Amino acid sequence: MTKPVMTAQDVHLFYGKKEALKGITMAINWHQITAMIGPSGCGKSTFLRTLNRMNDLIPEVTITGNVSLEGQNIYAPSMDTVQLRKKVGMVFQQPNPFPFSIYDNVVYGLRIAGIHDRLKLDEAVETSLRAAAVWDDVKDKLDQSALALSGGQQQRVCIARVIAVHPEVILLDEPTSALDPISATKVENTLLELREQYTIVIVTHSMHQASRISDQTAFFYQGELIEMDNTKKMFMNPADQKTEDYISGRFG
Amino acid sequence: MDPIAKNLKQRSLSAKIETKGRLITQLCTVLIVLLVLAIFGFIATKGLTLFFHDHGSLWSFFSGTTWSPDKVDSHRQPVIGALPMIVGSFTVTLLAVLVATPFAIAAAIFMTEISPQKGNKILQPVIELLVGIPSVVYGFIGLAVIVPFVQKIAGGSGFGILAGALVLFVMILPTITSMTVDALKAVPRYYREASLALGATRWQTIYKVTLRAGAPGIMTAVIFGMSRAFGEALAVQMVIGNAILMPSSLTSPSTTLTSVLTMNMGNTVMGTTSNDALWTLALLLLLMSLVFNIVIKYLAKRGALS
Repeated sequence: MTKPVMTAQDVHLFYGKKEALKGITMAINWHQITAMIGPSGCGKSTFLRTLNRMNDLIPEVTITGNVSLEGQNIYAPSMDTVQLRKKVGMVFQQPNPFPFSIYDNVVYGLRIAGIHDRLKLDEAVETSLRAAAVWDDVKDKLDQSALALSGGQQQRVCIARVIAVHPEVILLDEPTSALDPISATKVENTLLELREQYTIVIVTHSMHQASRISDQTAFFYQGELIEMDNTKKMFMNPADQKTEDYISGRFG
Repeated sequence: MDPIAKNLKQRSLSAKIETKGRLITQLCTVLIVLLVLAIFGFIATKGLTLFFHDHGSLWSFFSGTTWSPDKVDSHRQPVIGALPMIVGSFTVTLLAVLVATPFAIAAAIFMTEISPQKGNKILQPVIELLVGIPSVVYGFIGLAVIVPFVQKIAGGSGFGILAGALVLFVMILPTITSMTVDALKAVPRYYREASLALGATRWQTIYKVTLRAGAPGIMTAVIFGMSRAFGEALAVQMVIGNAILMPSSLTSPSTTLTSVLTMNMGNTVMGTTSNDALWTLALLLLLMSLVFNIVIKYLAKRGALS
């Protein structure tokens, strides 16, 4: 059951001359939650953003190595980033719904893909919001601005917005760090349910979060992947001394 | 009393300075507010004289088409039909804004989304320069270039609303552009990222997110441009023909509120009906700029909410 959906081989990333990723090799397994942990500035968010080429937006970034999605190199010149990002969706640290209605937020990805059939859109809104576990909160106010929601609701609407375009992989960049604990728990439960249908990669600052929800965990330190393993094994019995120090709170 | 208690009970030097500073700033603020109120009061009393003292009728002011305030009609009321210049003012303003807005938005998109480097290096200084050119220079260029051009294309004298609108278009383009640039720059980066991460192309992101999120700011820019166009006097006066007639076409000589004011203010005697009538035009201009300002404030408030 654990076949890789995405693989990275010897990925180096430079901001100008500074090397932010120093040869990352990892496999992201199908329908699992992969957590990336590590101290600030260790490169985990940067690596996450190489998986859907969001780093392309930053000038002076050079990337070497190979990242592939279902065997296809996503950095090949023939790769269409628009198609790639439909397959590899992303949820950001700050809840960032558009300043539109909740409905318009969720169907944004569908509309830009050229789907305008009202029935299809209505259906997508309900299934996506249900999948993101926020349907009951917002079903009566779909035409209200998404900015009027609480932070946790906003973040789950953002997750619904990604789900609506049916990606294969969902990347989440510290999705709960701007939320209160109760909202964070709701988002976590949402992710656990989504694992049935999606492959999830999550960057998190919270070791507890990683241990609670992920199947495998990767520990980044200073641009290197120190250790990656089954989450249980990694938290109970880490192979590397640095990993043990970090997860036991001795630094970071 | 021991020195420590004395020290504590006295106001410190910095507290005294703070009181003084607050007094000075409050005084200045009050002065400015008084000044504005005085201007308003003055123009209002002067402008309303036409209706209260000279028995002008408000209805004929807004609906009449003949303007000769020194004469009286059969009801012994002064002939003060200001409709031609009101229509003239609004037409040049709307035309100029209608033409300028698409250009301004396109330029702003180029400067913020497509090529920020070139935008900042080349377009930004050009636009700042355009803002700084005195209006008489614009009018002169209009007189020398646009009027003959309109004459060649549309016939007639070339003077008229079209020439006025074209001159205003060039004058308000930089204003609208730079304010639209500010509006687009204020759209947070994470909206663009979210859109791109959902598989939107760059154009879809600009069109569906950036422009939409920046819409209140862009509207403010447009209204600001309108307010500038409406109040511009010299450049328009030089190319519009200054005939106080209902404009029959875009190329027939006509006039605006500001043009009538600048053309006639030296030719009337204080206290006469003709002079009072000019004050009424000034009052109308002031009220219009007030309206524009209120609309801008309203839009800014709505933008801040969303």
